Amino acid sequence: MPSPQEPSPHEPPPRESFRAGIRAGIPFAIAGGLLSLSFGVLAREVGFSAIGAIIMSAIVFAGSAQFAIVSILAGGGSAGAAIAAAALMNSRFLPMGIALAPSLRGGWLTRAAQGQTVVDASWAMANRGGGRFDRHFLFGATVPQYVTWFSGTVIGALLGSSLPDPETLGLDAIYPAFFLALLLTELRDRRSCGVALAGAALALALVPFTPSGIPVLAASVAALAGLWRQRTAP
Amino acid sequence: MTTQLWLVIAGGAAVTAAIKAAGPIAVGGRDLPRWAAGVIELMAPALLAALIVTAALADGDRITVGADTAGVAVAGIALARGASIVIGVALAVIVTAGLRALG
Repeated sequence: MPSPQEPSPHEPPPRESFRAGIRAGIPFAIAGGLLSLSFGVLAREVGFSAIGAIIMSAIVFAGSAQFAIVSILAGGGSAGAAIAAAALMNSRFLPMGIALAPSLRGGWLTRAAQGQTVVDASWAMANRGGGRFDRHFLFGATVPQYVTWFSGTVIGALLGSSLPDPETLGLDAIYPAFFLALLLTELRDRRSCGVALAGAALALALVPFTPSGIPVLAASVAALAGLWRQRTAP
Repeated sequence: MTTQLWLVIAGGAAVTAAIKAAGPIAVGGRDLPRWAAGVIELMAPALLAALIVTAALADGDRITVGADTAGVAVAGIALARGASIVIGVALAVIVTAGLRALG
């Protein structure tokens, strides 16, 4: 088993991985760009200036957290409540970051910076199994998603309500459909199917009782089934 | 734009950066024990499944079956039968938008 500090002989060259990541990220980038249009529009409606909405997408770059912030403020919530909601929505990046960590290199500051590139689709696509991730692929996959998330917000914030409602066009179905396609590639055996079912059931069971964001975080508990194999394997 | 909104932007950016940095700082640079690889491998199915069901079935703290639920279900059937990702996603969008136009 290679040490995480040394490149595996089976790892593809970094530049090749990075380019493959960019290509893989483009479909998600298109979907994200369409959604960020509506974020730009909604942010203006709750009082953000165009430049404020654009800066938020540039430095927060987390769709579900940004929509949570806007919906809390639209409902008359405080700044603290909006920031707390963003933290809860992003809490799933904690287990994702722990899973990715052994595949990262460099000092703590470099690793922290590399961790900023984690978004759902990039993280899932960069998973190579056996607890390893292709970090260059992940970095590449995030690039087009960042570009379109930013530029979609610019268009939405500047053109505002003259744009059609993304929900009318059915665009809110894009992300779960994409994630479903990614999930199907992860279902390699009965155990991974069982974990997916358990994660989904756990998340749904918590929806009525916990703030948004917690159900997805709690679903990571289902991955503890991975302990079972190690204990029973010869 | 009010100072409060600028605070929300700064706070949202700070908590996001801190959460994304926490795992790589705390765990990075060292080998995880062998048992951890099995758990990490199963993180993706657990989290993806949770993201799908909350996106398609949760509306705030309520569980609702809507046009998007039907769209994602149709996409799931097509993908499981071997349809490409593009076809699956296009079906999800068409079914969702179609049902909303009808309803």
